[in-house]
Amino acid sequence: MTAVSNREPGSQWFREMSGRIGWGIVAWVAGIAFFLPVLWMVLTAFKPESAAETWPPKFTFSPTLAEFRLVFAGWGPFVTHSVIATVVSTVLVLVLGVPAAYALAIHPVKRWQDGLFFFISTKMLPIVAAIGPLYVIALKTHLLDSIWLLIILYTAMNLPLAIWLIRSFMLEVPGEMLEAAELDGAGRLRQMREVILPVISPGLVSTALICVIFAWNELFLALNLTTTNAATLPMFLISSVPQEGLYIAHLSAAATVASVPVILVGWIAQRSLVRGLSMGAIK
Amino acid sequence: MAVVETGAAPPSVAEVRPRGASRREAWQRRLPLLPALIYTIVVTQIPFLVTLWYSFQNYFFDVPGGAHWTGVSNYSKVFTNAAFRGALWRSVLMTVVAVLVAMILGVAFALLLDRKFIGRSVVRTLIITPFLVMPAAAALVWAGPMLDPNFGLLNYLLEPFGVHHVAWLSTHALGSVIVVMIWQWTPFMTLIVLAGLQGQPADVLEAAKVDGAGVLATFRELTFPFLRPYIELGILLGSIYLVNVFDAVRLMTNGGPGTVTTNLPFYLYEQVNNAFDVGGAAATGVVTVILTIIVATFALRMFARVFQFEGAGS
Repeated sequence: MTAVSNREPGSQWFREMSGRIGWGIVAWVAGIAFFLPVLWMVLTAFKPESAAETWPPKFTFSPTLAEFRLVFAGWGPFVTHSVIATVVSTVLVLVLGVPAAYALAIHPVKRWQDGLFFFISTKMLPIVAAIGPLYVIALKTHLLDSIWLLIILYTAMNLPLAIWLIRSFMLEVPGEMLEAAELDGAGRLRQMREVILPVISPGLVSTALICVIFAWNELFLALNLTTTNAATLPMFLISSVPQEGLYIAHLSAAATVASVPVILVGWIAQRSLVRGLSMGAIK
Repeated sequence: MAVVETGAAPPSVAEVRPRGASRREAWQRRLPLLPALIYTIVVTQIPFLVTLWYSFQNYFFDVPGGAHWTGVSNYSKVFTNAAFRGALWRSVLMTVVAVLVAMILGVAFALLLDRKFIGRSVVRTLIITPFLVMPAAAALVWAGPMLDPNFGLLNYLLEPFGVHHVAWLSTHALGSVIVVMIWQWTPFMTLIVLAGLQGQPADVLEAAKVDGAGVLATFRELTFPFLRPYIELGILLGSIYLVNVFDAVRLMTNGGPGTVTTNLPFYLYEQVNNAFDVGGAAATGVVTVILTIIVATFALRMFARVFQFEGAGS
């Protein structure tokens, strides 16, 4: 680009600069427009309830933390369940996924491609189709409304994605390092511990990140299979919408608090987000 | 393709081993895979087998006496039921529209973000945020603070354009739900397409520019073909998630007004939660799964192609 513009300075340079500024403005407008609902959610969360349902909408108001205090007073069990279901299922995914990815990448089993496609095909089966029977199974195994049920299902939900992803990171471990370890007489466990895991640990972090996002945000299974003992944050949000009365500020505060952890994590880890969401296809 | 090569020629398979050892070797290879494989089979396949079983049973939660065999009557109900066909059609419509519009917006945003301007990383961050908002939170915030006819922000912003207190969720329910789906999934498409754009070899674009190719021609002849696998990947993954959209439907419109926004997931949810019809829901589920398998066969083929291309590029 610079090489071209250097050849004809002056008007060409000016056109390029103004183009750059023009498109920059377009991009900023698009970005702000897209972000607006989030901004509105956060703004509304700081309003007193009476200022949240006005016409025209209020943009200036004296901010209050009243609704946040209410949220923090009521969300205890919900956030506990969400954290347990998210953390434990993510750990289980990694514990099951790392060896499986190893068997599909480093010392692959015979029909490893079939294995890969089996895992991904389970992501295509709509879990909604089995929700009635799933309810009956949970009832009969006494897992209904138990946090373990969510853990088991979230693990199964994220495992295929994690296996694809971890495998893509393992394929990047240099072959020479693996060979050197083997020549050193390292067994497979030692090879895993001393060569593979250190190399792929950033990859494991981004895998965990994706699993956390999907487990934290999940509503369908939680809504169908839990009521009180395992109800998660998305259900807390639903409970913050009452049958009558003003609730918009309260709802916004609850929605903000429930969303902020994932938003922050996603902002920090933007790079690994792309790779994780594409299941390792995009480096 | 890096992926296949590493798989087909791993460092140690080439050695010839005696038969006993090779059997042990095969098991050593299989062993790490087994826990995940067994877990996935048990947790994801058994519910579908049970679904198959219940699809031939008459079983209502609220009727005492439990399940009893009823043959294919659940299925004949599914196929003669206009509600099922309606839900199926709306699922397809919602998914196709949301995925395509999100992809078009995603390509546009990605092209914007691929240019240099002040605060580019901030704008990128703003644009990916909707994807990170909890879907239940997004649905409720859109339904209330954004779209409410009396105090919603959207009506306020559109007032200069002659829009007065539109009750979006009753008059444009399906459109409203689709808008929220698009809003949440455009960032996903943007990220994937942007990754594609940034992987584009700069020297080729340079050459096109030197040759005097216009912006549009460059996009059509060079950029778009290069982006194609990324676009396919985005459409594929986006469809997998969006076809199951439930949160927005349940929390914004509850499938209504009437059945205007009832898609398949919500329809199944209602069959179980309101009609207590386990048998009927199971039969609907089996039909859904069969339809999914047909679509997924094509999708898997696409997967294989897309991922191979990816490997070749890296």
